[in-house]
Amino acid sequence: MQALKKIMIHTDILIIGAGPCGLFTVFEAGLLKLKCHLIDVLPNVGGQLSEIYPKKPIYDIPGYPSILAGDLVDNLMEQIKPFNPTFTLGEKAESIEKTGEKEFTLTTNKGCAVKAPVIMIAGGLGVFTPRKPPLEGLEKFEDSGVDYMVKDPEKYRGKNILIAGGGDSALDWTIELSSVAASTTLIHRRTSFRGALDSVDKVMKLAESGKVNLITEAQAIGVNGSNQLESIIVKQKEKGNIDLKVDYFIPLFGLTPKLGPIAEWGLNLDRSAIEVDTKDYSTNVSGIYAIGDINTYEGKLKLILCGFHEGTMAVQSAFKYIYPDQKLSFKYTTVTGIEGL
Amino acid sequence: MEDGTIHIKVKDREGNEQKLEAPTDMNLNLMEVFKSYDLPVEGTCGGMALCASCHCYVNSDHDLTEASEDEEDMLDQAFYVEDNSRLSCQLKINDSMDGLEVELAPVSE
Repeated sequence: MQALKKIMIHTDILIIGAGPCGLFTVFEAGLLKLKCHLIDVLPNVGGQLSEIYPKKPIYDIPGYPSILAGDLVDNLMEQIKPFNPTFTLGEKAESIEKTGEKEFTLTTNKGCAVKAPVIMIAGGLGVFTPRKPPLEGLEKFEDSGVDYMVKDPEKYRGKNILIAGGGDSALDWTIELSSVAASTTLIHRRTSFRGALDSVDKVMKLAESGKVNLITEAQAIGVNGSNQLESIIVKQKEKGNIDLKVDYFIPLFGLTPKLGPIAEWGLNLDRSAIEVDTKDYSTNVSGIYAIGDINTYEGKLKLILCGFHEGTMAVQSAFKYIYPDQKLSFKYTTVTGIEGL
Repeated sequence: MEDGTIHIKVKDREGNEQKLEAPTDMNLNLMEVFKSYDLPVEGTCGGMALCASCHCYVNSDHDLTEASEDEEDMLDQAFYVEDNSRLSCQLKINDSMDGLEVELAPVSE
């Protein structure tokens, strides 16, 4: 097995989660000349705003009567640009180890390591992970026939594949894989699709020409196989149960947040949220703070604007934690301006 | 029905039934009523029909507003979906829902 490539990054504040709170914290840290590195499991910044509701208007961001979630993310990126934050995207924060007096080392699932005196957890609702159909025995085949995402289309060359889902990724991969797979079947709960019209059109044409076996009003209800996946039982509204022989089953039902490894970091939790002291949003572990939707305290409101406040307070405390002997004098941006702007 | 309050019967995932009271004049949706009774419903997206974590079954034959395209789209990404599946966040509490019988859908891992 090829050894994981080790990358070591050093920073002042390591922010877990590149959603709005994590991003704005870079700005507030930057004012105190603290450098930030952000880690996010998603391949893009913005967290829920990018993943769940990029086109939804938000009405309670001060100064914006209405702003699209996606635009808020773009603006935040613009706002923090002068402070040159660095990012590790598409990797999951896996473990945290205390490696020095004031030093944590965080390692991602892909072997990237980051050292920092302070960790700011802005993990929102947790780690976005693929929705897995609740089929008995499905997990057994996760390395032998069941894939929740397509990484390399070549893997499916000459194979019989079954894709499930009705959104863009199910449609797009049906189109693309139908040109390499021996047979491609798409199953979907309804007769209509929510994906882009153009993709729906293409899938319909492929179905008419026999290149794609389209089964609508159908759901996967069972999995068969011994060591390797052999078939999926599909229940179709009128035809009943169909036993489909396939080499690969690719369920594409979007992503959903799960708390994930955060639960194992020795932090005090209350119902999947991290307990913090509202003085500075610190956790029970010195040097680790939690801000935004991931934390909890009396009177907690899961609002972006509250998360901005929490991040602001937390970096002030983080500065004093990192440099206990330095005096921190508070300055308004209207007085000092921002270097690089 | 008392003035401005309706009653809803809900069956949780363990099969226990509970009667809920819901005011009709507070612009609440059913997901919010579930949460106010501490029923195990996440409502992750806050009620935008964007997460399916408030999925329920409607077991009585009340004439409810039809599911929007957004709601159907989201149900496409949920599991254990049946013909009577709804996202409770999309059901606005009103007088015509008095006596409604609902059941929380299972959650998947």
